[in-house]
Amino acid sequence: MTNGVTENPGGGETRRASIMTTVVSLEGSRDRERSPGRLALPEQVSDRVPVAERPVSLSTQNMSLYYGEFRALKDITVEIPERTVTAIIGASGCGKSSFLRSFNRMNDLIPGVRVEGSVEMAGVPIYDRRVDVTELRRVVGMVFQRPNPLPMSIYENITYGPRRRGVRNRAELDEIVERCLTQAALWDEVKDKLNQEGNELSGGQQQRLCIARTLAVEPDVILMDEPCSALDPASTLRIEELMQELGHEYTILVVTHNMQQAARVSEMTAFMHMEEDRAGLLVEFGPTTEIFTTPKEKTTEDYITGRFS
Amino acid sequence: MESTTPNGVRSVSAEQFHRSLRGRRLIGNAAVILFLGSTLVGLATLAALIIDVLIDGLSWIDWDFLSTYPSRRPPDAGLRSALFGTLWVGGLTALFTFPIGTATAIYLEEYAPRNRLTQFIELNISNLAGVPSIVYGLLGLAVFVFLLNLDRVILAGALTLTLLVLPLLIVAGREAIRAVPDSYRQGSLALGATRWQTVRHVILPSALPGILTGTILAMSRAIGEAAPLLAISGLVFVTFTPGHPFERFTVLPIQIFNWVSRPQLDWQHVTAAAIIILLLVLLTMNATAILLRDRFQRRSEE
Repeated sequence: MTNGVTENPGGGETRRASIMTTVVSLEGSRDRERSPGRLALPEQVSDRVPVAERPVSLSTQNMSLYYGEFRALKDITVEIPERTVTAIIGASGCGKSSFLRSFNRMNDLIPGVRVEGSVEMAGVPIYDRRVDVTELRRVVGMVFQRPNPLPMSIYENITYGPRRRGVRNRAELDEIVERCLTQAALWDEVKDKLNQEGNELSGGQQQRLCIARTLAVEPDVILMDEPCSALDPASTLRIEELMQELGHEYTILVVTHNMQQAARVSEMTAFMHMEEDRAGLLVEFGPTTEIFTTPKEKTTEDYITGRFS
Repeated sequence: MESTTPNGVRSVSAEQFHRSLRGRRLIGNAAVILFLGSTLVGLATLAALIIDVLIDGLSWIDWDFLSTYPSRRPPDAGLRSALFGTLWVGGLTALFTFPIGTATAIYLEEYAPRNRLTQFIELNISNLAGVPSIVYGLLGLAVFVFLLNLDRVILAGALTLTLLVLPLLIVAGREAIRAVPDSYRQGSLALGATRWQTVRHVILPSALPGILTGTILAMSRAIGEAAPLLAISGLVFVTFTPGHPFERFTVLPIQIFNWVSRPQLDWQHVTAAAIIILLLVLLTMNATAILLRDRFQRRSEE
């Protein structure tokens, strides 16, 4: 491998620069695995910029998604700010997960999927032919509904991503493991049993392990598909705290069925609704407090107040 | 006979209830006896065969029997050339089958687009698994022995058996790969691993025990086959230990076929002894396969 991920280059780069890195790495994705890794730990932002003034991370314009003939998403236009927790709420089957998965192109795995309109990340059209899906999925990490640690040790679960990108240095891998587990609030619980199988942990620990291994590939965006729906309340609380903390450094997009959760963790909320023809629509998108207190649309209000689910 | 409960619901009297119960129990018991009997037909026949072979052959098995060459005189006859032939043919077949079969299974499960061509290929592989083995023997004779001019050598036999068992391994390999949870695949891809890295580091390690089990079962099929190799090697009398893949050969089933067709009484014992050895080889292989599968299952349950 070429330079792979060496010591964090230039510790104090601005956020802009990091996005440019992403753009460059997507543009130059033909020669894979050459992008210099993003900063390991972006400096904590103490005085946060108001949501409305944050730069756009993910955006779509008139985006529609088809499974064969079936139109699952219809004309979605949205601009999701970076370094923010954005919740996607809506009834079952309205296309929340499909929408989420179109940002790391996991939908590509399903035969017959087609996306129309534009989907951009930091200005880069991610469905462009020149975009390398592998690199995109590194920059846009994902945490699944059911914790899915790989069938290997905790240590190997964390180093899986970096290793595939060519990081071989043992000390460097050790450092990544400690940093990511600490970030995911799991280090203290597992530091003495890093060689234990990942799937021997409890459900909540497994989910934090999955978050940690996503952090290990240094993404800009983390997609979470109902990350707490398979967990008990205590574990749910820990994951929620984690989401809020990580929301200062990463763009987090979380699908949830739990409206209290959306209200607790997110700054922005997108409400999706299924139309008569079963296509998912984005009904309303705005600051979470507004969506929950003064929704503009009748359907949003009905959903929030529990008139249907 | 019908009585009425306090609520006015009609119910069957206790007597009637018992009478019908007796009849149902009788039918139930009869069914159990019928099924047990059917099972015993197969088991008893197998037991009789094995006991018969053991009585006939066990006393003939000694080190000399394994280490000497076939002979015209029953007391001198040994299995050496057949054992080495089986080892050579079996080893080479495994060497060819494992990589080709695994690669095909990976392609069909992980890469092949879901279209008509793939369906056609899959259908044909399933059908090939059902083709009679003598047909493969004749194919091998035509292609490897005559067309490629290999002559009636070990390599020709191994290639023929490879064709024979390849469909079995492909089917077993695909099942092993399909048993790997999709969440592993997605987890790996979502971390920015390429398709090949996902196959290499996640799918293959998880599917390997299943693929190995399939390989061993395919090999035990190959080692027990006489018909296709008979077409390749002929009913030969080999009195040397083959040293490389381009020598003439015989294998255990052919040697057994050879001996069983001789009229003298003593040959029966020699044949029985050879059958015991062949069964031992096959049982050992199958036991290994079962052990592997058990370990695999226990691991995936965790």
